[in-house]
Amino acid sequence: MPDQFRIPIMREDAVGRAIARMAREIVERNEGTDRLALMGIHRRGVQIARLLQAEIERAASVRVPCGSIDITLYRDDLMVIGPRPVIGETKLPAGGIDNRAVVIVDDVIFSGRTARAAMNELMDWGRASRIYYCVLVDRAGRELPIQPDIVGRAVTVLPQQRVDVLVPEIDGVLGVAIVTTSPEAA
Amino acid sequence: MSHSAADAPGLGKDLVGIEHLSARQIHNILDTAEPFKEISERRIKKVPTLRGKTIVNLFFEASTRTRISFEFAEKRLSADTVNIDASRSSVSKGETLVDTARNLEAMKIDMVVMRHWASGAAQFLAERIPSNVINAGDGAHEHPTQALLDMLTLRDHLGAIAGKRVCIVGDVRHSRVARSNIFGLLKLGAEVAVCGPPTLIPLHVSELGVRVFHRVEEAIEWAHALNVLRLQLERMEAGFVPSLREYNRIYGVSRARLAASPEPLLILHPGPMNRGVEIDSDVADGPHSVILQQVTNGVAVRMAVLYLLSGGRPEKAEAAKVEEVT
Repeated sequence: MPDQFRIPIMREDAVGRAIARMAREIVERNEGTDRLALMGIHRRGVQIARLLQAEIERAASVRVPCGSIDITLYRDDLMVIGPRPVIGETKLPAGGIDNRAVVIVDDVIFSGRTARAAMNELMDWGRASRIYYCVLVDRAGRELPIQPDIVGRAVTVLPQQRVDVLVPEIDGVLGVAIVTTSPEAA
Repeated sequence: MSHSAADAPGLGKDLVGIEHLSARQIHNILDTAEPFKEISERRIKKVPTLRGKTIVNLFFEASTRTRISFEFAEKRLSADTVNIDASRSSVSKGETLVDTARNLEAMKIDMVVMRHWASGAAQFLAERIPSNVINAGDGAHEHPTQALLDMLTLRDHLGAIAGKRVCIVGDVRHSRVARSNIFGLLKLGAEVAVCGPPTLIPLHVSELGVRVFHRVEEAIEWAHALNVLRLQLERMEAGFVPSLREYNRIYGVSRARLAASPEPLLILHPGPMNRGVEIDSDVADGPHSVILQQVTNGVAVRMAVLYLLSGGRPEKAEAAKVEEVT
């Protein structure tokens, strides 16, 4: 696949500043860290959620429980694209999600379908008192009436462009890049 | 997960047997079963993955465990299920199956899980209907999901299957469970042996690369795990073994016999057990018995197979991977 056009738009320090602000916004929205929980969407949302957890701990000296969620089995396109080969782990934050304000964390929001699936899955796990949706990057292309509550950066990209969030655990570095998948589209 | 998403091979339309699967396909099913185990531990034991799919459980032979296991797997994936007990039907094989298949198709179904007394029935059906067909046991041919759940249980306890020694004890000759296990275990790199009275061991089984023991003591000394098969009563009536008591005395897996093993053996049994015939109670309930875990794993493996067969367009998974990055 020709990945020639890769433009970095956030480096590690920029992501760090965005995470710091997002963490403050989460705590502000929730009026503190009481009964707060984070749920990262498999895979890169999990890493972003961990960064937020560390940042909240640094700022408020409270370790907010953090879980992970894999939405593969809740996707609405199984019959179109066929089964995904690998399903990740869904792990509730310590103490569960009942009566908690749960922040669903993902790397990028695009169509909104992942957010829909994640909310449906959370409902099957219990009754959160409130759900927030938090993403590092908000890009255009929504197919559902869903908007994130907390956003690291909103970017304008063409439909044929892709936004890659890179995390150290998977990609070796922390950052965000815009990738143009075919040279003609540039 | 031992294999990356990129090279995970699809299963195609049907699961008829283990014989024609590759080692990678088997690994892929077992890896996919892992996350499904957890769904059965949830408070709400249900995910919407197969919502709107209709699955027919078509059983021409009595089965409780396998049918219920499939039914749990289907329901936990939100499929709609219909059970057809065709075991009392006396009509002959060929025409019945074609007719049954046509009738089912006319009712717009998506998948058929079939148990049949005739070897090859699953393949026969798979070739004639566009729905996915899963073989839940056909004659003395194959019982692929049983072998898969046995392999998953072995892998859970032995870490890996490659290089491990597994002995199948009992009526290997009439056993589709034994056949499917032999194919699967050999593909995954295990050493496989069978053990039983000469009347119940197929004549040319060693040509498959399987070792043959006629004394269970030797098998116990050799193996890391024993898969003990049910001895069916009608085998005695047909003259394959003189009596159940004698079978137990010579081939029964007992605590005293297991004591001779240098290390504890994992004990598997596909069920239902004849306590005091092929296996003694203190072994079946003993610390190294994983028989109930096999039952638990059975639901997860069947969920994985249903999931992997549904949709069934592996070539489009490539396109989806690109989209996943966004």
